[in-house]
Amino acid sequence: MKKTGLDGTFRLDRFLLTNLVPLLFIGLSAVAIPISQFSGAYLVQEMMIRLARNSFLVLSLLIPIIAGMGLNFGMVLGAMAGQIGLILITDWMILGLPGLTLAALIATPIAMVLGWMCGAILNRAKGREMVTSYILGFFINGLYQLVVLYGFGKVVPIKSADLVLSRGFGVRNAVNLLGIRNCLDNLIPLSIQGIRVPLGTFLVIGLFCLFIVWFRRTKLGQDMRAVGQDMDVARSAGIPVERTRIVSIVISTVLAAYGQIIFLQNIGTMNTYNSHEQAGMFAIAALLVGGASVARATLPNVFVGVILFHLMFVVSPMAGKYLIGEAQLGEYFRVFVSYGIIAVSLVLYEWRRARDRAYARRSLRGGEV
Amino acid sequence: MTTEPLLSMEGVGKAFYGNRVLRDVNFSLAPGEILGLVGENGAGKSTLMNILFGMPVIAETGGYEGTIRFQGRPVSFSGPLDALDAGIGMVHQEFSLIPGFSAAENIVLNRESLKSSLLVEVFGERIRPVDRGEIFRRGKGAIEKLGVSIGPDMLVSEMPVGHKQFTEIAREIEKADTKLLVLDEPTAVLTESEAAILLESMRRLASEGISIIFISHRLQEIIDVCDRYIVLRDGEVVKEGEAKTADLRDIARAMVGRSVAAVESSGDEGRAFGEPILSLDRLWVDMPGETVREITLDVRRGEILGIGGLAGQGKLGIANGIMGLFPAGGTVTFEGCPITLNDPRSALSSGIAFVSEDRRGVGLLLEEPIKLNIAFTALQMQNRFLKKRFGGLLTWRDEDALDELAREYIESLAIRCVSGDQKAQELSGGNQQKVCLAKAFAVRPKLLFVSEPTRGIDVGAKKLVLDTIRRHNREYGTTILMTSSELEELRSVCDRIAIVQEGRLAGILPPQADRAEFGLLLLGATRGTTGEVAS
Amino acid sequence: MGKLGSFVDHVGWPRVIIAVFLLLLFVAAPFVEVRLDASIGDTLVRFGMNGVLVLAMVPMIQSGCGLNFGLPLGIIAGLLGAVTSLELNLTGLAGFAAALAIAVPFGLLFGWAYGRLLNKVKGGEMMIATYVGFSSVAFMCMMWLLLPYRNPTMVWGYAGKGLRTTISVQEYWGGVLSDLLGIRVTDFLSVPTGMLLFVGLMCLLVWAFFHTKTGTAMTAVGTNPDFARASGIDIDRMRTLSVMMSTTLGAVGIIVYQQSFGFIQLYMGPFFMAFPSVAAILIGGASVHKATLTNVLIGTFLFQGILTMTPSVINSMLQTDMSEVIRIIVSNGMILYALTRVTRVNSK
Repeated sequence: MKKTGLDGTFRLDRFLLTNLVPLLFIGLSAVAIPISQFSGAYLVQEMMIRLARNSFLVLSLLIPIIAGMGLNFGMVLGAMAGQIGLILITDWMILGLPGLTLAALIATPIAMVLGWMCGAILNRAKGREMVTSYILGFFINGLYQLVVLYGFGKVVPIKSADLVLSRGFGVRNAVNLLGIRNCLDNLIPLSIQGIRVPLGTFLVIGLFCLFIVWFRRTKLGQDMRAVGQDMDVARSAGIPVERTRIVSIVISTVLAAYGQIIFLQNIGTMNTYNSHEQAGMFAIAALLVGGASVARATLPNVFVGVILFHLMFVVSPMAGKYLIGEAQLGEYFRVFVSYGIIAVSLVLYEWRRARDRAYARRSLRGGEV
Repeated sequence: MTTEPLLSMEGVGKAFYGNRVLRDVNFSLAPGEILGLVGENGAGKSTLMNILFGMPVIAETGGYEGTIRFQGRPVSFSGPLDALDAGIGMVHQEFSLIPGFSAAENIVLNRESLKSSLLVEVFGERIRPVDRGEIFRRGKGAIEKLGVSIGPDMLVSEMPVGHKQFTEIAREIEKADTKLLVLDEPTAVLTESEAAILLESMRRLASEGISIIFISHRLQEIIDVCDRYIVLRDGEVVKEGEAKTADLRDIARAMVGRSVAAVESSGDEGRAFGEPILSLDRLWVDMPGETVREITLDVRRGEILGIGGLAGQGKLGIANGIMGLFPAGGTVTFEGCPITLNDPRSALSSGIAFVSEDRRGVGLLLEEPIKLNIAFTALQMQNRFLKKRFGGLLTWRDEDALDELAREYIESLAIRCVSGDQKAQELSGGNQQKVCLAKAFAVRPKLLFVSEPTRGIDVGAKKLVLDTIRRHNREYGTTILMTSSELEELRSVCDRIAIVQEGRLAGILPPQADRAEFGLLLLGATRGTTGEVAS
Repeated sequence: MGKLGSFVDHVGWPRVIIAVFLLLLFVAAPFVEVRLDASIGDTLVRFGMNGVLVLAMVPMIQSGCGLNFGLPLGIIAGLLGAVTSLELNLTGLAGFAAALAIAVPFGLLFGWAYGRLLNKVKGGEMMIATYVGFSSVAFMCMMWLLLPYRNPTMVWGYAGKGLRTTISVQEYWGGVLSDLLGIRVTDFLSVPTGMLLFVGLMCLLVWAFFHTKTGTAMTAVGTNPDFARASGIDIDRMRTLSVMMSTTLGAVGIIVYQQSFGFIQLYMGPFFMAFPSVAAILIGGASVHKATLTNVLIGTFLFQGILTMTPSVINSMLQTDMSEVIRIIVSNGMILYALTRVTRVNSK
């Protein structure tokens, strides 16, 4: 791990400090993997699947971070939009890639409307975007349930009896997505030494990464960076601050909808009333594990984070079982880590911000005291 | 010069709710000319600039009188962006830069060079990629035009203050058709050598045909760099002329001005005072915007000492620093005992009280009743207005005592309110100020700091507040340090007036001293530059 | 009309809507054959169960720490007290008192540490509080498995260790407060006098505290920290104290809740318990930086009233159980409303 260079020691300090969280996870995995007794091939396969499954969702968080709005806990809004798309195409029996595409097409306008609403609300809660978007997620979850549990089958016609609850309306708790299961993953079959590579999904993710790289260089991306750093300055330079912030949330929400669709096509079944709730938390935890902070996140953060977070996720129940004879303990451990990592990251962020503020104040002190 | 003036103002005036702040301002500015604009805080400089830039606050309060002509045509901008389009740029005192952007990125902020893209048809203009090379080139060009050396890719967050100022100016002149530049105290944050470079840059810009309005409190700079100057006082142009032939002393007198009649009442009875009660030795205070650099000063028992100075020079920092509200250093001795700095309890428990200039921010609990506001400090610091309950287990707020106290001060200070239970936010500014004074009086201080006691309150209330302060001094012998931006106010109340300039004590004058003396101290024209003044 | 408008402005429209909605539910109840006395009885019981938990919001709001999304931390202290009391096989009021006595020191300790943490992150308290609450719940999930409790009614039968998810307190101190001095009005309505008195006592204590010197200082810190500092008050100390109070009240609150409910819910049980309390106090008229006891009482009554009435009345009307969805929308909508209002006050 040692970085060499002319000023090697200094760099090592900084490297350790900025990458504290990922390093901690690497250490944790290094201990837990041998205990769990999983084979290397199994873990590689598992990570391959989980990269394909989760990366897109995590990537959807990047743009609001650029715009200075912190971790977009409101991405569950997009996840819900994606799920509505999936429910509808399942009912219409549209299979495979066309089904997947149609689901995305249906989800897009819903996500745009929700994202616009979310952005507008966050503009009224500047400085507390995260907690507001978090509560907003719960609130929209209520509306989502209202629509899916009472509206579907009554207002929105649902033909398939498999989807509808026995009372005649409302979508069942579990929706089987066999029709589109793995259709993107297996689009281009590829297997290396017995390990299946979901190349189709990787291609989509790759395209998306290119999009982000390109987007950061557009005028809009430049404006978002400016707004993210200092809203007042950006406004006085004539950048439409509120609009830019809304756009960033809309993009994030739409992408989260696609992310959720990709996620669910990989899993193959949808938990109508729970799948989206977890989406936000796991995506945010993964991003933070990858070394991102509330104010800064890069593409490597995303992939490192997904791998490390899910490695821990896969390994810890078995490690717990072999270590203490209690698989349940490992499961609670991973829940603890997911929440703990978010808590620690938020504390570090706020603490640093307070320290920087104090420092900035100090620097105002005249040079000739 | 025979050329048509670039900008001319004809009979410009402005009143806020019947309160006149500008009256019949006339001047014109030729291309490539530098005009110095001088005036005390509140003389109308910022209102004048707000009118020029069409700031919304002007339109919201009923517009202005007179005509502004720019390039010969009457104009009325509907906002600073509108003015920018016409070719008028402004550099503010507060930096308006994005910290994580490079100098070049800031210089072209929101005017980036863009590459073409096919997607524009679908997603609109903002989706075009920015052209980093072109941005770098433009930033470099603008910086070179100023004649300074800053790396275009240097991050603003890593720049010294001077570089930030230059970056800001570079941004204004980079705009293709900037014809007029307004610089609002650009040298205030600069070191002497940086300021010299800036003045040089201004001359360069002027020689290229850009006109400049230069606002500064440093008169020497005005004389050095400007072609002409105008002095504003109470919203009127009281003096104007060629900078080359100007006399510092004349400008200073014109600026401070006003009749001395009001002062007569105060120069009373040649009062004698005792030994020093408070001594400051090399006090510095890190109060943002009001930095105190080094002040050594004795305050005598029983006097009212005025502290004057222009905004931002540090006069407000003194009281805030001694009261422990901002980081401070040096030695402060009160009645022979040192005050621990950076600890509000130390000053409070020694018997010093403070009426803050920030009435609504620091002075009051707006959502709490008047009586609690008045009693709060005495209750917390001196354990008064408390009752013991359950054998001393609980210290209870004594509501009866609070009512009694509130009644007492409502009567003696004539606070207009329904009762002591009314919330502080429902009172008018003047009455809120009286509540703040009552809070300070209630701790029966030996020494009282009063900062900007009449700021933002109407004329009638001003007199009441000043009378209250004076009466308290006479009746209880309380030593008072009164800080104010209004020199006339200080002259009418104080026994001595200390003037603070650039965080240092410029001098102490009796209230009857000639106004030009005050003017020169305020502008720092005496310190170290006396020789130049004479010439 | 103008008068009505200003009244609605003053109270806030979400509050008016909720109050009117609840009133309509009570009016509609007899028509859909829901017994009014049973409804009122249920509302009273739930009011008593949740009263102290909602009260636990007050000190932190008053000292400027915002809405206490970290309530689960206090609940954990209460759970430790309850479980330990059971382990000691204490019953009746003695058991209840023991649970309180054990929970309070834990509450103070957790609150102290939590308060110290929040002092380092001023301005970001609420989000951090949420995740501190969540991660402490998850941490305790592991602890419940590992802690050496042995009482057979509490641990998993097959393993002989590890606490159960739900533990009955019926045999120990279930209903000790609720049944104390209970008044039976009709077959369906009995007033849990003891519990209501206890809630009243807690409110009285908090009320009294805010009339002491320290309480006055705490209010000042929340209303205007600069003012408080200029008057020589140690802001961080006041904030820590308020967090300790909130956390301890949360610990007491959950024990009151359990004795009425009859069960201790461990593991993920405390996870979402902060949200109903936060919503309740906001419905009662509190804002993110100001809360009174009136807010607590009105808010708890309105919120619990709706939770009681919607399942029975709406179900009878529509033949559908929409209560859960209504709960989610009402409570989170209320929190959202409060959060978006704060900035308007600040930016004034």
